[in-house]
Amino acid sequence: MSARNSIAALAAFVITLVLVAPASAGSSHAIVHATAHTISKGVIQDATIVIKDGRIVAIGKGLKAPVGAEIIDAKGRPVTPGLFDAFGSLGVVEVELEDATVDSGNGDTRFSAAYAVADAINPATPRIAIMRIEGLTRALVAPAADGGEGIRPVIAGQAATIQLGDGDDIVLDPSAALVVYLGESGKALAGGSRAAALLQLREALEDARDYAANRGAYNEGRRREYARGRADLEALQPVLRGELPVIVRVNRASDIRAALKLGREFNLKLVVFGGAEAWMVAADLKRAGVPVIVDVIQNLPGAFESLGSTLTNAARLQQAGVAVTFATEDAGNPRNIKQLAGIAVANGMDYDSALAGLTAVPARIYGMKGFGTLDVGMDADVVVWSGDPLEVTTYADVVFIRGARVKMESRQTKLRDRYQDLGKQPWPPAYRNR
Amino acid sequence: MRHSTTRFGAVSLLLLAASMLSGCGKDKTAAAANAGPFASTYAPLPGKTTVIRNAIVLIGDGARLDGGSVLLKDGKVAAIGTEVEVPADAVVIDAKGRFVTPGIIDVHSHLGVYASPGVNATSDGNEAVSPNTAEVWAEHSIWPQDPQFALASAGGVTSMQILPGSANLFGGRGVTVKNVPSRTMQGMKFPGAKHGLKMACGENPKRVYGDKSGPQTRMGNVAGYRAAWIKAKAYKDKLDKSGKGKGDAPDRDLQLETLVGVLSGDIIVHNHCYRADEMAVMIDVAKEFGYRIGTFHHAVESYKVADLLAKEDICSAMWADWWGFKMEAFDGVRENIALVDAAGACAIVHSDSATGTQRLNQEAAKAMTSGNRAGIKIAPEHAIRWVTANAAKSLGIDKVTGTLEVGKDADVVLWSRDPFSVYAHADQVFVDGALVYDRADRTRQPVSDFMLGLFAKDFGGQEVQP
Repeated sequence: MSARNSIAALAAFVITLVLVAPASAGSSHAIVHATAHTISKGVIQDATIVIKDGRIVAIGKGLKAPVGAEIIDAKGRPVTPGLFDAFGSLGVVEVELEDATVDSGNGDTRFSAAYAVADAINPATPRIAIMRIEGLTRALVAPAADGGEGIRPVIAGQAATIQLGDGDDIVLDPSAALVVYLGESGKALAGGSRAAALLQLREALEDARDYAANRGAYNEGRRREYARGRADLEALQPVLRGELPVIVRVNRASDIRAALKLGREFNLKLVVFGGAEAWMVAADLKRAGVPVIVDVIQNLPGAFESLGSTLTNAARLQQAGVAVTFATEDAGNPRNIKQLAGIAVANGMDYDSALAGLTAVPARIYGMKGFGTLDVGMDADVVVWSGDPLEVTTYADVVFIRGARVKMESRQTKLRDRYQDLGKQPWPPAYRNR
Repeated sequence: MRHSTTRFGAVSLLLLAASMLSGCGKDKTAAAANAGPFASTYAPLPGKTTVIRNAIVLIGDGARLDGGSVLLKDGKVAAIGTEVEVPADAVVIDAKGRFVTPGIIDVHSHLGVYASPGVNATSDGNEAVSPNTAEVWAEHSIWPQDPQFALASAGGVTSMQILPGSANLFGGRGVTVKNVPSRTMQGMKFPGAKHGLKMACGENPKRVYGDKSGPQTRMGNVAGYRAAWIKAKAYKDKLDKSGKGKGDAPDRDLQLETLVGVLSGDIIVHNHCYRADEMAVMIDVAKEFGYRIGTFHHAVESYKVADLLAKEDICSAMWADWWGFKMEAFDGVRENIALVDAAGACAIVHSDSATGTQRLNQEAAKAMTSGNRAGIKIAPEHAIRWVTANAAKSLGIDKVTGTLEVGKDADVVLWSRDPFSVYAHADQVFVDGALVYDRADRTRQPVSDFMLGLFAKDFGGQEVQP
């Protein structure tokens, strides 16, 4: 990974050093002797990162920590922004197989684009602590299409972005993206053909466009009937304005091309999720400026729409100039996106691009300001790693989310602690480590 | 059996003898897989005498050898040490900076029975028509052209147990195979390996049969196991008596033959069981009917009863970090494997996944790291046992594979670097001394029939799986 070294060397020239960090009292923190992966400006060796009032207030090589700050000595270990799961279900799926605990999908076919998963998110889910102690600090919570019978909307609804810190309000943007199912998953919803899935989406967009131009007539009942209701037509307006990203779940090369064509026609801000064969149309994606959310380990020819699956998908997309980010879509383990990025690098992806794919790239895709790089003024989502964050033998040692140091405790660490000394204690585990 | 004894050497002769004993002894119907119908026709692929030298060798017995050499000859590990004689005809591989381990063994696989592409036609893993289908054999569902076998090979997997699914209390027989391309399932069957019996605790049988014939509850599950074992005991008694000339043999019954195989020790029980309290119940069921449980699979809560599992000498096959997808997986912890290991019980990392099986080394690395972080000191040379020696023990093939000891099958992986790294690749994979996968040589990367000519166009000369 010589690219890292050269960027680090370059960074030494580029960075304007602030010699002394602004003095401040109160609850400030200073991470010293860090190998700071800024994402924006390469790597700073022996960096000091000062955190105050929820933000990064200083970063630079060898800065003195302000008086009174809590000092965290990184001892040369890597420090990065918090990680961002680009497509998941934190807060709306507790136990996948127990329907009562799952709120990702909407079974009421009267609503599609208007369905906002944000309203279902539980900020108290134990999954949040389990993930954040692994360095995951932001996530997209995506709606799922209805798993029922009959013809259903291919538009699953609106995804939200969340932060994984404490608090009752973890939703940052209740409408961060629209999720649409095309290809095989869309065909199952739309009545048996992927073309029908596209047609359904096209009809919704055309209706929404017509509705916007004729709201008055619609409200007076003087406009033709639309396939979708008023709430959906309203929800599609930011999509037509090119403001709200549209995440299309799609795998086959031809399905991606079809989505790109529709995207051009309606000026959509597309994002591809899955994209098993995206590498085959990398040049088209690059031209359209469409990023891809990759589940790196999906290299099986597991469906006829993903016969071209390969571990090198992320690498080939990155080399073609396509922005790549990562997601497992596994409710249990979005913490494993760092492993996904590592596997992408092991199969040819540039290291810095992979790190950006875990941080700045998803922030940019979802329009999240103040996150994704280690720069002054950014939210202090900062992670000190035990070693190379993409390795399977490293872990998050210290985690800050919006300036607050995370208590490295979860339901899982409590269970672990309770069962460490089996049989050596006279009383049952129920009496300890609560 | 088609393979010659000269090719297999002394170990194989021993195995042959063992399988003849179990096949021709007191109980003819519960014959070992090797001697019964659908016998293995596996023969090692052509191999060359090979010396891998100057490697860091994780032997699989808990030891590590720096600057080590391994001699692969006639399909066996012929020598291992810092000084190994190099035969004149040997291919010599300089492995400076690289690692050598035993071949990876996955004790829980559904390759071939849930093949890719995952369409209706290839869904052959669960005979979910009755809570007891002990009569079905996973090997009769295996599609040897499943392209997932080759992907597993690239991940260093040299052997695996292919199991039926977990819908049923008794899911049927599992089979252990060598991961080599073959036109037939029989051509993959691991010579001498016993069948497994897949049993399942907890939620799955309840979910599948709750609104059908039952069981509807966990108590229904246990009643189902016991009722089946009572019938199996009676069937075995009749068989034993007829063997001694007292009375007629009972009519053949495929379902009972499998269960009798367990009671006779010819079939190993692989029990899907997440919750600690249910494991304790299953141990008592086994004691009631006089059989042994070999391994609890998906043993998410083994850490809660690791002492009990050590005492009973039952292996736990676990994931590094899968948890929470159902209630019985809600108490998963990352230290499960390390805690089980530290208690002196047999710990295994398994996959149950066609993607996971490609990187069991990484899964073991994560489990090792979690353990070390919790203060349990685990070295790589020990952790490698979770995917090699302990897995071999679980499948009853530890006499012939699972470690790099002289005389054992030359099932070997040469890694590009420390296999406990996300950046490591299997450079070369040997099964019985034959180079079945070479990362640097396209002609040594198997391609299933299914993958041929799938695309009408070429992609500027780019390969799908470069």
